[in-house]
Amino acid sequence: MNLHEYQAKQLFREYQLPTSDGAVASDVDTAVAIMKNLNTPEVVVKAQVHAGGRGKAGGVKLVKDEQALRDVFDRLIGKNLVTYQTDSRGQPVNQILIEKASDIARELYLGAVVDRATRRVIFMASTEGGVEIEEVAAKHPEKILKVVMDPVVGIQPYQCRDVAFKLGLNDEQIKQFTHIMINLGRLFVEKDFALLEINPLIVKTDGHLSCLDGKIVVDGNALYRQPVVRAMYDASQEDERENRAREWELNYVALEGDIGCMVNGAGLAMATMDLVKFHGGQPANFLDVGGGATKERVTEAFKIILSDKNVKAILVNIFGGIVRCDLIADGILAAVKEVGLTLPVIVRLEGNNADLGAKLLNDSGMNIIAAKSFDDAAIQVVAAAKKS
Amino acid sequence: MSILINKNTKLICQGFTGKQGTLHSQGAIDYGTHFVGGVTPGKGGQTHLDRPVFNTVKEAVMATGADATMIYVPAAYCKDSILEAADAGIKVIACITEGIPTLDMLDVKYVLENSYPDVVLIGPNCPGLITPGECKMGIMPGHIHLAGKVGIVSRSGTLTYEAVKQTTDLGFGQSTCVGIGGDPIPGSNFVDILARFQADPQTEAIIMVGEIGGSAEEAAADFIKANVTKPVVAYIAGVTAPAGKRMGHAGAIISGGKGTAAEKFAALEAAGVAITKNPAQIGLRLKELTGW
Repeated sequence: MNLHEYQAKQLFREYQLPTSDGAVASDVDTAVAIMKNLNTPEVVVKAQVHAGGRGKAGGVKLVKDEQALRDVFDRLIGKNLVTYQTDSRGQPVNQILIEKASDIARELYLGAVVDRATRRVIFMASTEGGVEIEEVAAKHPEKILKVVMDPVVGIQPYQCRDVAFKLGLNDEQIKQFTHIMINLGRLFVEKDFALLEINPLIVKTDGHLSCLDGKIVVDGNALYRQPVVRAMYDASQEDERENRAREWELNYVALEGDIGCMVNGAGLAMATMDLVKFHGGQPANFLDVGGGATKERVTEAFKIILSDKNVKAILVNIFGGIVRCDLIADGILAAVKEVGLTLPVIVRLEGNNADLGAKLLNDSGMNIIAAKSFDDAAIQVVAAAKKS
Repeated sequence: MSILINKNTKLICQGFTGKQGTLHSQGAIDYGTHFVGGVTPGKGGQTHLDRPVFNTVKEAVMATGADATMIYVPAAYCKDSILEAADAGIKVIACITEGIPTLDMLDVKYVLENSYPDVVLIGPNCPGLITPGECKMGIMPGHIHLAGKVGIVSRSGTLTYEAVKQTTDLGFGQSTCVGIGGDPIPGSNFVDILARFQADPQTEAIIMVGEIGGSAEEAAADFIKANVTKPVVAYIAGVTAPAGKRMGHAGAIISGGKGTAAEKFAALEAAGVAITKNPAQIGLRLKELTGW
């Protein structure tokens, strides 16, 4: 689960990390009031969306007076911001952060991530702040300093000092940096983060460090024990169909093709999309109906697939491990009836009573074809999509 | 021979009396697994599925000599259950449950690596493992398996069944099938299982089913190149997956342009592995490779 910058900064402040003064607004009058309260010659106006690249896309602006603030605010609020990290529709801007502008002397990078290979939380720091860290990693891997966090004792001061010296910080800044990194380590673990980025971590002209931006991804599996973070969930930043699927515990990801896919199991769902492509088609979605392919879930899954108007044919691929295939076939037939589906549906059932399941489908009199195999199903659905 | 489990394995279940635990313990018993009992705290002394229920894993081990466990407790309690099993002397642990917090798994791995280096954890978020005809320890449908000579290791559940069925239909059968699970921090990785298949005389060839995300397949490719002499067929799911989206499994996400199927196929091919891009023809690719 992604957090907004302003939410990340709330957590930073809770952990005594330095951030700029500011507040978030969703209407222009509140924004003006925030600017007046800040009582500063210049504020920075930042659109809150779950995507990077906001600056280049016009989502971050410096303004000096009320009129300029009103202009920028009106231009951003309620609109979609398209950045290089979003799709072509962009992400809706419903909140805007108004902050005191900072005088920046240096831009550093500080981030942390769960590293799969070492099975540890790893901190990364770099003198090359303000740019994409992936770019730095590709061009100058030697400029990324890595620190492994011990799962028992956490980040130790010596590790922070080591990084701080290499970042070229002075005595006072080393103390600040150590404080920041140790508290970030606590924050990461205590709030179940999957990824954390402060890009940039700035050195101001007065010599103080400050977290100028904040990107946080929280481990979705841990939300049950993170009520504060869970409350920060912003459904407006997610695909509407993906949200609806989540309510039914279906895993759905929208793609750009015309063949709807409904599969049980994440790996088989990916493999099904791949096989559609292998046979010359384009999958419209990833959809894992999970273990319990019941009538209700299959019905809801059909509705979600059909809400994508590009879909011309549907492939259902169920490897019925324990559930009987004739029961799954009953569920599919009932769901097709309820939804009033007219598009061609190719169904591949494997497992217990697969033959009986196929017979039920073929004898239904509906636009449903029981495929003979996984390969056959993909070939048939590609042909059906091309015909319609 | 086989790897990790066989007809002598004494299996218990943690979360025995729950819905999932009951269903799949019955499945293990029906399959002929030497299933000796289960654990549900507070229900010790009862009988369930004609087997004894214990309050703790330690009691179960003392009374039955159990050496393997399958875990079906809710995600929030899995860390505790895995560590309890390890502490009680269980050597093979399969954690089926999905949705365990990643930081819990970092803790689990840390403790296992440091205090119980001889314990093998399979999963979480996995179908479990099976040695056909001998021991079923998980949620896979037993009837699609056939005792035989192919070792199968996979990050996916139903996609494993696909590979299993194809090798059964061709008459090759399987030595052992291990679903290592779809989480970013699995208890065992491809390399751990590949090493065992290489050492197992019954396993004559290996099928590896990977997916997008992480670098476990690349690590496997390096390992295979240096250590595996048996024929290996690999399939990677997620060629069509977009970057930055979690494809069902928590571990299946392409991030920062890394972890794509194309990279993994290339690494495996460079290591001498026979790849197939058609998931319906994994078995046929193996047939072609081995000449069976």
